[in-house]
Amino acid sequence: MLAFVIRRIMQSAAVMLAVALIAFLMFRFVGDPVNQMVGVDTPQEEVARLRESLGLNDPTIVQFGRFIGNALHFDFGVSYQFRQPVTRLLAERAPATLELAFTAAAFALVVGLIMGVYCALRRDSWLAQLFQAISLIGVSLPTFLIGILLIYLFAVVLGWLPSNGRGQVVKIGDWWTTGFLTTSGLRALVLPAITLGLFQMTLIMRLVRAEMLEVMRTDYIKFAKARGLRTRSIHFGHALKNTLIPVITIAGLQLGSIIAFAIITETVFNWPGMGLLFLKAVQNVDIPIMAAYLMLIGLLFVLINLLVDLTYGLVDPRLRIAMRS
Amino acid sequence: MTEPVISVRDLRVEFVTRKGILKAIDGVSFDIMPGEVLGVVGESGAGKSVTGSAIIGLIEPPGRIAGGEIRLHGQRIDNLDPEAMRRIRGRKIAMIFQDPLTSLNPLYRVGEQLVETILTHTDLSPPAARARAIDLLNEVGIPAPERRIDGYPHEFSGGMRQRVVIALALCAEPDFIVADEPTTALDVSVQAQIIALIRKLCRERGTAVMLVTHDMGVIAETADRVAVMYAGRVAEIGPVRDVVKHPLHPYAKGLMGAIPTLEAEAERLVQIPGSMPRLSNIPQGCAFNPRCDRVFERCRVERPDPDTPRFGLEGEAPLMPGHRVACHLYTRNPVENAS
Repeated sequence: MLAFVIRRIMQSAAVMLAVALIAFLMFRFVGDPVNQMVGVDTPQEEVARLRESLGLNDPTIVQFGRFIGNALHFDFGVSYQFRQPVTRLLAERAPATLELAFTAAAFALVVGLIMGVYCALRRDSWLAQLFQAISLIGVSLPTFLIGILLIYLFAVVLGWLPSNGRGQVVKIGDWWTTGFLTTSGLRALVLPAITLGLFQMTLIMRLVRAEMLEVMRTDYIKFAKARGLRTRSIHFGHALKNTLIPVITIAGLQLGSIIAFAIITETVFNWPGMGLLFLKAVQNVDIPIMAAYLMLIGLLFVLINLLVDLTYGLVDPRLRIAMRS
Repeated sequence: MTEPVISVRDLRVEFVTRKGILKAIDGVSFDIMPGEVLGVVGESGAGKSVTGSAIIGLIEPPGRIAGGEIRLHGQRIDNLDPEAMRRIRGRKIAMIFQDPLTSLNPLYRVGEQLVETILTHTDLSPPAARARAIDLLNEVGIPAPERRIDGYPHEFSGGMRQRVVIALALCAEPDFIVADEPTTALDVSVQAQIIALIRKLCRERGTAVMLVTHDMGVIAETADRVAVMYAGRVAEIGPVRDVVKHPLHPYAKGLMGAIPTLEAEAERLVQIPGSMPRLSNIPQGCAFNPRCDRVFERCRVERPDPDTPRFGLEGEAPLMPGHRVACHLYTRNPVENAS
């Protein structure tokens, strides 16, 4: 088991190194950073001095090594547009994005699971058919459209919920801010979380439904029925646990996507998160922010993958053996 | 005269499909006595497994029991509500499936599956249920059961898993077990062990067994009586030695003739021409009539019922009591047969 974990961590490190290389190459090929920092009337000596002080005259490999070294200390340089350390800019906005993403993921997982199980067990009921129809909409409508429709309905027409922003936030510790502790913060979270999670929810619902129907056809479920086990035990003990194995993978990977694709939702709801920051950075060719964001999302994906792999072992005893060897 | 454990009368099972109603089982009747093993043989699709599923109440839609009666100790069970039937399942009637590799839930320890089943059907406390589970594993011949009980199914070999499946079926000491091809997925040496185990349990506990298989060797070794099924009907039923050695129905004769033996010097195995009719297209009269080499006019019109033969065919062994056959050859005048 330990060997398995160590091997997986080494693989993760290799992936991160590759991501770092891509992030680093952005500096080299997406325009000259010095040109972004200096004005038209800056003297040539000044430019050369800046170039030297930034280490841009060193060999590429040395620069890459320095980039990695700095990245390990969470140092991604200074934003061109804000003239502030990138790490601080991201850290300020990370709580907003992470709270939104995890709320959306929890919504997608819980509602998707319940609807999926219901659709599998009551396949022919009208409610299951309705869920199926709704899920088609969820899968096919683009996120920004769902967001705009929700804003129109609940913020403009009904006026129940705010249409943008995070509401009132509370500071916890040095840098974390949370919207979970105030009513306005929670109210502000509802629409963006639904918008962000709807696609994943329908995906999980359809996956759970299909997997569970598959599992209900297996011999061990037939045998469980033939032994006269209680229906509840067959459905939620035997069938659901087997259904969850593939669902864990997809749900885990989807969590990464939720964080990465929060960009669109954050734009629609003017949510002060990392996605919005990234979008501004792209508009202004603010490469340090883009590179740091890329590294951060890469890291999240790798960590989530690692967690998913380890969770497998908890659920499926057959894989524990495979991990041991 | 003891009362049969299971009594099936004129059972009919239908599957409603887009193309119409398929009669998977059409008028099947038989009794099984305590401690008796009834072998059920026939080609794939003859209705063997469906009969077993009907008895244990596990016909899934679009299938349904369309008629007839199933009685357990004289009480009808085919019209019970699902919850009442669930209580009978596992407690009074158990089932063993074909593939031990897929019959056990891979995510639960063998012991957990046994204990859950025992707790569902008895008033035992969890520690007592565990002790009983160990006893059961011991009884079905699993070595070191107190250790193996905490193993997962994938840690057992195929034969051992089938023993676990049998132990699971025995949890509540059922009176009747449907064994649906319990040895088909196992290799030959393990087959013999499992068959011996089923026989032993039958003898010691007085459990009645319906053994569904298409392996005549298994039938000959295990069964007391045998029913030959064809196109959802019983073609012939009787004591196993009679039916295997002296089959009466032309289909049963063909089936027995198709068994390879070392003694017989036959160049080729006997083949029954044609194949079993589709369930949507069962011919009128006797279902076997298009393939029968002794077919005559009445076979195409009137359906024969399993009956004690009134007349023997010339040159055949004397008829045994309890041997019934659904064939017009045995109900008409010998003079007619000769012609």
